[in-house]
Amino acid sequence: MAVLTTENSEKVSRRYTFRRGIHPSEHKNLTESVPITRAVLKAGSVVVVPMLQHIGAMCKPTVEVKQEVTTGQIVGNSEAFVSAPVHSPVNGVVKEISPQPHPSGRKVISAVITVGEEQPTEQEWRKLPGSYDPDKYDHETIIKSIREAGVVGMGGAAFPTAMKLTWNPKRPVHSVLVNGCECEPYLTSDHRLMTESPATIVAGVQLAIKACGAKRGIIAIEDNKPDAIEKIHAAIEDIDNIQLAICQTKYPQGSERQLIKAVLGRVVPTGGLPREVRVVVINVATAAAITWACLEGRPVTERIVTVTGQGIKEPGNFLVSVGMLLSDLIEQCGGLTDTVEKVLLGGPMMGLATPHLNVPILKGTSGITALSRNETNLAEETACIRCSRCVDHCPLGLVPTQIAHAIKARSLDVALKYDLLACIECGSCAYVCPARIPLLQYLRAGKAMARIAKEQEKPRQTEAGSKSRE
Amino acid sequence: MGKEEKKPDKILMVSSSPHLVSSSTSRRIMFEVIIGCLPAVGAALYFFRGQAALILIACVASALITEWLFNVVRKKTRTIGDGSAIVTAVILGLSLPPTIPTWAAAIGTVAAISVGKMVFGGLGCNIFNPAMMGRAFLMACFGTMMTTWIPPVQEQAAILQVRCDAGQEIAAVTEATPLALAKQPIKDAANNNKIKKATPLLVNQKLKAMFLGGTSGSAGETSALFWLIGGIFLLYRRTITWHIPVAVLGSAILFATIPWLFDTFYIGPSGALEFGEAQIYANPLVHLFGGGLMMCAFFIATDPVTCPLTRWGRILFGIGVGSLIMLIRLKGGYPEGVMYAILLMNAMTPLLERWTRPKPMGGHSSRE
Repeated sequence: MAVLTTENSEKVSRRYTFRRGIHPSEHKNLTESVPITRAVLKAGSVVVVPMLQHIGAMCKPTVEVKQEVTTGQIVGNSEAFVSAPVHSPVNGVVKEISPQPHPSGRKVISAVITVGEEQPTEQEWRKLPGSYDPDKYDHETIIKSIREAGVVGMGGAAFPTAMKLTWNPKRPVHSVLVNGCECEPYLTSDHRLMTESPATIVAGVQLAIKACGAKRGIIAIEDNKPDAIEKIHAAIEDIDNIQLAICQTKYPQGSERQLIKAVLGRVVPTGGLPREVRVVVINVATAAAITWACLEGRPVTERIVTVTGQGIKEPGNFLVSVGMLLSDLIEQCGGLTDTVEKVLLGGPMMGLATPHLNVPILKGTSGITALSRNETNLAEETACIRCSRCVDHCPLGLVPTQIAHAIKARSLDVALKYDLLACIECGSCAYVCPARIPLLQYLRAGKAMARIAKEQEKPRQTEAGSKSRE
Repeated sequence: MGKEEKKPDKILMVSSSPHLVSSSTSRRIMFEVIIGCLPAVGAALYFFRGQAALILIACVASALITEWLFNVVRKKTRTIGDGSAIVTAVILGLSLPPTIPTWAAAIGTVAAISVGKMVFGGLGCNIFNPAMMGRAFLMACFGTMMTTWIPPVQEQAAILQVRCDAGQEIAAVTEATPLALAKQPIKDAANNNKIKKATPLLVNQKLKAMFLGGTSGSAGETSALFWLIGGIFLLYRRTITWHIPVAVLGSAILFATIPWLFDTFYIGPSGALEFGEAQIYANPLVHLFGGGLMMCAFFIATDPVTCPLTRWGRILFGIGVGSLIMLIRLKGGYPEGVMYAILLMNAMTPLLERWTRPKPMGGHSSRE
């Protein structure tokens, strides 16, 4: 195994970090050394496969009620360009197709599948098949496999990966940046994946580089995961076009913009995509999903989920079928403790709080965090004392308190002038606020206001346009 | 599914992310500032004994009562627990002369809390530093009380002894503050153009006392050292950032040094640059340690409510405060300029914020 030096080399760079940001306590020790185990779906229980698990167009169900489905069978698909099909994670029977609770809070048309008695043998995911040869694949077959397997960004944003990696000579990609930072406190799913199955990730990176025609791939890992750094370093030793970047541990290091700035020193223009600076960013879990999609045509029906927090009796990392209900998963972890206050889909900084446990795990759910009363914030909002901590810590250099004040006063114009739309919703401002002002909540409300205003403006503009033509 | 029977439904809380918060609260910030003031409070009690204690008690009590009354009358939640009224009261109390009657100190505090803070809407809404508003109010109403200074009790005995031996009638022991001493030659020079040659500036000999304590001045102004200790505590606790103290002290010492240098070096008869004793301008260290500069740099100018939000705004604010203080001290009508410098720069804060709005990473979003 290669010994990691502290020097920068062609292979390993210790680029530093982005400006500002925060250092929340990590709490990763709850699960970071717990190996991944498979969450068991009992025969007779149900899985809920929502038709919307990604950014883009919703899928239409392709199965009927009472139809038998097999593992990996498509149950929903869409003709739209920005979309990803959804698959059945189990052998079973479709119980119903109806709107079901969804982590977003709305109800979304879902296929409810009763888990059958006979399930296929468990699929290998740690090791690559011996016959893997990256040169066998060209970009068209890779993109096709990714699309068919329904791969979406598994870091949480769930943008269809096939779209992201599209080969486009007009907008070439120089580097594929692979995000293994996992800056979100508590979560360790990417960390465990990197230590337990580095070869899969590296193969996925190779395929992603081929797919979009990039020159190189860079795997970025925060320096609080030395074991993952070591494993990935060993795995990329013989591969020419993949490098390792070690980043400082700081939140939100895993945010696309911050990561590109830290590793490549490039700044993505506000409102733009990483492609504008010739970069594509994918998550390590997405890279692993790409590998299985291309090598075996295996769709995304499983993902690694960290179940953690002091509200969980036995925290751990699990390989979970997409569509498994939260209640079933939490039950396998011993259930919730009595002091539990919030259950989050995702980590504590960006995760969505859910009021009930009958929502399914989605492709983009990287963790379940159950926070106890003393871990989370229950304090009431008090007056802003203008301490400027939100300004000093906003990784984008915004002035969150003034934007929030503008939104409170319903003056959207001022909020937009102060670059409300540049906000990446990382929550650093609300984390540091000593007055406990839910700044991010105000900013989100402002973004919603801006969206509504834009929608209302459109027809008015076209009306005015048609009038002037008359 | 027997799950529901097994466990009663636990009500889960839902809120917008982030779900974690740092341990710092507004209350903690206020109490950190109060802790930072404690060395200076100790010094005030040591040098002025009961007089300082009475003033501080009067200020804190009247501040809390005023704020409570406002809460009651306006039917708002009680805010006296947030500690900000105590901070205002302590800063104001320490900036008053120890001879001021207790009732005057109380009136000043009432003005500070009511006109300075509560009429704007309470904590976080005021434009001007409440403590400095209160002090300005007292300066306007009770000018004489606000400019009568006594030396610390330790010095008083010695002075009394000297004067009794000389057979003088003693009504009260008053003494000019070091900054007033520093101002005198400047005034003289401006008035009659006669500079007493070869009389070294009196005030330069007081430097040690000004740093360690033992000169006349406001209750909390006798020693620069104790404010420095408190200020370093605030910096260490990250209650304040370095920008304002560095900018205030840096610009003040710069503008104190320039005239002093011109005064010190002169073209001698032989045409060469010669070095001599300054005749008009005091040693820059006098201005650094004298008056309320240290207190201002760490405790008054750094008041988060009335200083700009942005880093560059804070630096410009600090430079403005520091240079205005020196302008008033050297060219203005008062020996000390902290109060007016702060109030003037407070008025500039919104403008500074607008000028120094940071550019977001990736540039401003294009407006549609």
